[in-house]
Amino acid sequence: MIIELINMNGYGLYVWSAFAFTLLSFTLLYAVTKIQYVKEKKKFASKFGTLNSEKASFARSQSINRAILSNISNI
Amino acid sequence: MFKYFNPNKVFFITSKAPKYVLILFIIVFTIGLIESLILSPEDYKQSHSVRIMYVHVPAAWITLGIFSTITLFSVFGYIFKNPNFFLISKSLAPSGFIFNIIALVTGSIWGKPTWGTWWAWDARITSMLILALFYGIYLLAWRIYQTQDQAFKVTTIITILGIINIPIIKYSVDWWNTLHQPASINILSKSSIHESMLFPLIIMTAAFALFSLLIFLMKYNTELIKIKNKGLDRL
Repeated sequence: MIIELINMNGYGLYVWSAFAFTLLSFTLLYAVTKIQYVKEKKKFASKFGTLNSEKASFARSQSINRAILSNISNI
Repeated sequence: MFKYFNPNKVFFITSKAPKYVLILFIIVFTIGLIESLILSPEDYKQSHSVRIMYVHVPAAWITLGIFSTITLFSVFGYIFKNPNFFLISKSLAPSGFIFNIIALVTGSIWGKPTWGTWWAWDARITSMLILALFYGIYLLAWRIYQTQDQAFKVTTIITILGIINIPIIKYSVDWWNTLHQPASINILSKSSIHESMLFPLIIMTAAFALFSLLIFLMKYNTELIKIKNKGLDRL
């Protein structure tokens, strides 16, 4: 049954390569997007770390900045 | 109405949503793979090569849908001067482009056993290739134009020009003599595809839509953080 599934009446090479290409494209796109996402988060955290207390408290007053900072721990 | 598109409010949802969408995608995609590779029947003419349809057709549908959505948001963004609409458009483009490439490559793989050739300058294939070029130019424009206003203007023009191609893709099989068969699935009238093949096709389309949603959310969050990074520089 497994050989039949792999061979698919002689069309296995076409079917499996089409599915493999799709999976590979998904994996690559996900990996690239994730890397960019994590990189920007880390950049944000390091920039935030360089702010003096006055600027940091001002930046922290924005809810989105707080949300990004709380999200960084989930990297 | 546009207050609901405020990135500050939306980020709370978009930052938490990807993990749930990823789990849902894995579940739906696994079911879709089992259905399309094992449970669905082979075609009486095309035999097992028909299974390529389960990745080729959803990819083509999703890429067309994404380009139409990008155009809609770009035009509305330009009319209502809403930068967040452009952010949505920009975040949708990568997955749309990848689905276009998947549709072209899997179509080419399917073409070999079905038509005896990897590629033909058939109206449907050529118009899909043109769509890929529009996606490429659109993504490139965001990299080239650094000024926000310029980028908004150029990308909107690209999408308006590109959207002309969408009905051409859809009706190319009716307007010209092509290797592609006419549509087997119709929303308004009875579909000619059997239920046993329609079900895996719907499941795979749902999985692909979830994947594009996942990439969109991650990309949108990245773009928002990029903007906030620039904001920190200005403090």
